[in-house]
Amino acid sequence: MSTAHDNGAGDRPNGNGSDDQNEEMHGLLAEFETPGALVAAARKVKNAGYTEFDCYSPFPVHGIDPAMGIQRTKLPLVIFAGGLTGLFLGTLMQWWMNAYNWPWNVAGKPTWSIPANVPISYETTILLSVLTTFFGMWAANKLPQVWHPFFRLDRFAKVTDDGFFLGVEASDKRFELEQTKQLLVAAGATHVEECYVDARPEARNVPKWIWAAMTIMTMLALIPVALVFKARATKSPDPHYHVFSDMDYQPKAKSDQAFAEFADGRANRGELPGTVARGHLKADDAYYRGLANGEWITGLPAQLEVTPALVDRGQERYNIYCAPCHGYDGAGQGIIPARVAGIGGAWPARNLTDPKAGVIQMRNGQLFNTISNGFNSMMGYASQIPVEDRWAIVLYVRALQRSQNAAESELPAGHQVR
Amino acid sequence: MATSTDATTGHGGHGPGDDGGKARAVFRGITDDVAKVALNPTPKWWYPAFAVSNLMLLCLVVALYHLFTTGIGVWGNNNIQGWAWDITNFVFWIGIGHAGTLISAVLYLFRQDWRTSINRSAEAMTIFAVAAAGIFPIIHTGRPWFAWWLIPHPNDMGMWPQFRSPLMWDVFAISTYATTSILFWYMGMVPDIATLRDKAKERWKQIGYGLLALGWRGSARQWHRYERAYLILAALSTPLVLSVHSVVSFDFATSQNPGWHTTIFPPYFVAGAIFSGFAMVATLLVPLRYLCNLKHIIKESHIEAMCKIMIATGMMVGGAYAIELFIAWYSGNAGEWFTFRNRILGEYSWAYFMMVSCNVLVPQFFWFKKCRTNPWIVVGLSILINVGMWFERFVIIATSLARQAVPGMWGYFSPTRWDLLTMIGSFGLFFTLFLLFVRFLPVIAIAEVKMVTPEAHAGKDDH
Repeated sequence: MSTAHDNGAGDRPNGNGSDDQNEEMHGLLAEFETPGALVAAARKVKNAGYTEFDCYSPFPVHGIDPAMGIQRTKLPLVIFAGGLTGLFLGTLMQWWMNAYNWPWNVAGKPTWSIPANVPISYETTILLSVLTTFFGMWAANKLPQVWHPFFRLDRFAKVTDDGFFLGVEASDKRFELEQTKQLLVAAGATHVEECYVDARPEARNVPKWIWAAMTIMTMLALIPVALVFKARATKSPDPHYHVFSDMDYQPKAKSDQAFAEFADGRANRGELPGTVARGHLKADDAYYRGLANGEWITGLPAQLEVTPALVDRGQERYNIYCAPCHGYDGAGQGIIPARVAGIGGAWPARNLTDPKAGVIQMRNGQLFNTISNGFNSMMGYASQIPVEDRWAIVLYVRALQRSQNAAESELPAGHQVR
Repeated sequence: MATSTDATTGHGGHGPGDDGGKARAVFRGITDDVAKVALNPTPKWWYPAFAVSNLMLLCLVVALYHLFTTGIGVWGNNNIQGWAWDITNFVFWIGIGHAGTLISAVLYLFRQDWRTSINRSAEAMTIFAVAAAGIFPIIHTGRPWFAWWLIPHPNDMGMWPQFRSPLMWDVFAISTYATTSILFWYMGMVPDIATLRDKAKERWKQIGYGLLALGWRGSARQWHRYERAYLILAALSTPLVLSVHSVVSFDFATSQNPGWHTTIFPPYFVAGAIFSGFAMVATLLVPLRYLCNLKHIIKESHIEAMCKIMIATGMMVGGAYAIELFIAWYSGNAGEWFTFRNRILGEYSWAYFMMVSCNVLVPQFFWFKKCRTNPWIVVGLSILINVGMWFERFVIIATSLARQAVPGMWGYFSPTRWDLLTMIGSFGLFFTLFLLFVRFLPVIAIAEVKMVTPEAHAGKDDH
């Protein structure tokens, strides 16, 4: 035998008749000259009452289905069900993932809006229909089946070329070797051949070593999957595997890390003794600390002069940083003390303008120092307010004190109460 | 239909009749002509062609290695031209694929029998074009190793993809399209692979083709289900192919960018896709029918039919250009009108006129029979059309981004050598796969061609 179909189940020159005890009749294979002859023969065989027969041709022959009595396949119904499943699953997936399990907020749009989900449902419908069509067709046709008894016959290789065959199987109730042969010849067969298979089923089965190889390969293929599932199900102190590190790991030392290259073993480098960073000298006592010869200064540091712009700047900064506690008028009734009083507590801020509260008596330098470093429960603002702004606030507080303690006679003409 | 049937029906023991003998000779001829392409020793022209394709494919490997190890900055893309050749190539290749599905599915539903000679290679072209296209959206993300995040899967971030984004629609449309095209192609090929299995002489070829053929034996009961399934796959592929390029056009159309934000995009993109796809089919098949001696199967009339489709789709594309321009003016939207004026008169005007001349003027030559029948002219014009269709995507993408709402978002795209190498490489991938297909698989749908011959009805007495 020289065709591709020999799977080693028996190497026997084919031909009519077999005396081999190990062989049993599979059926008869008849060849016909034209597609038309095949259709006519199929009709005859069907009308003779045969059911276990099939026609074989290089292309689908028109008219063969009614001639053989082939029922219309139910495959389209299965495919329809597959399509509906795709539609349902695709829609469910989008709803569950984007609207239910993790509601995606995209610019405040509704998390579940059908139009935006149509394209993917559409594609999943088609995808599931296609998969059902493809796999359903092969399953219904009982393929793949790489071996078939007729493949043992050399002549049958023509079935994918120019041969038209009709095969009757011996399992048919009406099968009777000589009678069936005569029927086929009468139906126009140009050649009728007997087909035998090995009687022992084990000889026709897929060899054991193929099963073994497939089993081993399947098991090996499952190992990575099993490792992934193990990683999902167990805890580990180790970091992720990084196939691509995404710059997570860089050859550099971060602060607070150990670094052996330096003598102290730390990555952090402190300031060198006796050095000051650029712009951080702050040697001017009056400007940075409000001091002159150990005494609070009374005027302004030499760098600053009183201008309306500086007072305005001070008002703006005061309203941001100071007014919440001290109030816009400096009377200590800002929104925070008011809020504390509202819930039944008492947390008054210092009245900046009342002479009895003692702030008026403070020198400018001391006022500046209080803003910078805090006083009692007031925290220092040096980290938030730049030096010049702190002096501006000092100026504005002086302005507030002046305005809140002015006698009516000091007001400009036209602003006095009449 | 043949009517002389006496010799072969109803009279047992007769020798082959003339009618039957002739019919079988026709079938054998088709089998041999197609099978020998795959089974005969490799023809001489194949090696240099394959070498050049491999060299081009090597460009892709080098370009991708450099891209992955260095980053997206190796391309000419910048903050303003965020999309450029990467997405141009993507849309171009996806478009190429569409003609394959159109030929295999839509023309099948319309019972255009001439399609049987070209559908197999057109479907193969589809798959290889989708493979070439699929590279670009992945590599243009910057961190392509996270492309699998697009697949909905449970993960320790507790995050899901955003399904209302057109980019996710793309993922589903393209992957469905690739899956469907591969299954449709393979299913159609199984009976022909069985033919190769039965014709092959070498053992390894018999085993290889035998496994791929799944044991196909041409049974009528199997043909019956096979044909139903094939019809249904064609019916499913038709709405699919229309949706795929529509979804690709949504990537642009759902944005607010002038030049992109337009409702004409889905049909316009689909027409352009079919246009470019047919040009590519013609580019491939006109040489193929000479090189593989398939002139009597892929007939001149088939090439002519493709040229006519190119005229039709070329006119649709030209119409879309005109309507787009008209609407930009008619809408009274200053941004739209500026974008289109800039497209025609601005820095990219050379690309615009390249596009219009290649896509609108070039196909007009196909009105003349001489141009449709001369292979050199057909291939030349088809290549020009593909150049034009590449420029169409470039014009849409680059010019619309080049002049955005504020002058701070104005720019110009200049490709780097890595842009060029990546594009050449995608052609290398495409041609390498196509040459392998031509060498090892049935390039013509053998069974289908036999079925549409008059001889397929030989010996029928009931016609």
